[in-house]
Amino acid sequence: MKLLLNGASIDAQVTTLADLIVIEGFGGAKIATAVNGTFVPALARVDHILRAGDAVEVLAPMQGG
Amino acid sequence: MRDFYGTALSNGLMLGTAQYPSPAILADAFKRSGASVATVSLRRESGQDLAGQDFWQLIRDLGVHILPNTAGCHSVKEAVTTAHMAREVFDTMWIKLEVIGEEDTLQPDIFGLVDAARILTEEGFQVFPYTTEDLVVADKLLHAGCEVLMPWGAPIGSGLGLNNIFGLRAMRAHFPDVPLVIDAGLGLPSQAAAAIEMGFDAVLLNTAVAKAGDPAAMAEAFASAVKAGQLANAADPMEPRDMAVPSTPVIGKAFLT
Repeated sequence: MKLLLNGASIDAQVTTLADLIVIEGFGGAKIATAVNGTFVPALARVDHILRAGDAVEVLAPMQGG
Repeated sequence: MRDFYGTALSNGLMLGTAQYPSPAILADAFKRSGASVATVSLRRESGQDLAGQDFWQLIRDLGVHILPNTAGCHSVKEAVTTAHMAREVFDTMWIKLEVIGEEDTLQPDIFGLVDAARILTEEGFQVFPYTTEDLVVADKLLHAGCEVLMPWGAPIGSGLGLNNIFGLRAMRAHFPDVPLVIDAGLGLPSQAAAAIEMGFDAVLLNTAVAKAGDPAAMAEAFASAVKAGQLANAADPMEPRDMAVPSTPVIGKAFLT
């Protein structure tokens, strides 16, 4: 199904947010996730079912002032 | 120096982590200055290079307190969601709350700021709000549950220093028990010293160090300025006077005319 991952269109055959995190290479990384603008805690990713068109944000520590 | 949500800092220098020429120079700036707090942010990660993971390791190795920010957020929802994400990633209840209201000055949207602060403090966050020197807004932030205030010195990244000395002095006098941090706008160590002399507990800066020709040396200069300011404030500075008063005793002066 088509998803938006960090603003880019992707085609991913996944069911849950946890699946997406693994297949997109984020497994084990220090990240936080949101779907359609709503925070999804790490422990909830495995139960979060993705739907076509969902916008997923994967954020990580970055420089800041 | 007052505590920050029960945490006593070793000094009043808080440094940002952005815009340094290299990660090694960033680390050197923290090492030479002994800054007690590092501000960090969250941005989109790439599954290919995982750049954020190296940065996180670098920050952890600094051994300082971590203060995540909500930089770039323009709405309450955006700021609150970013705070939730930052709490999970950085494992801290501290959040430097920024809700930007105007692009040219990056002035905080004080209405959204108060709303977001109320939501986050009710959830247990320890909010460091980036605000102005407006006393009414400050009072509302305190009533919303904030126990620290961070008024700007000048617009972010401007290096203009303390634009409203009178307003900042009034803020210090009006909230004698509240930890106050000058956040943003400082360009020179002398401006940091002036803020601390005035009674502010800490300064938070980034660009003035990161964009200096020698960031590590500038960081050390800011640390020295903060220390000088603290010593001066504790030493109870004299009151300024409009007219000259001779410092050399007049009594006993020779009559030579």
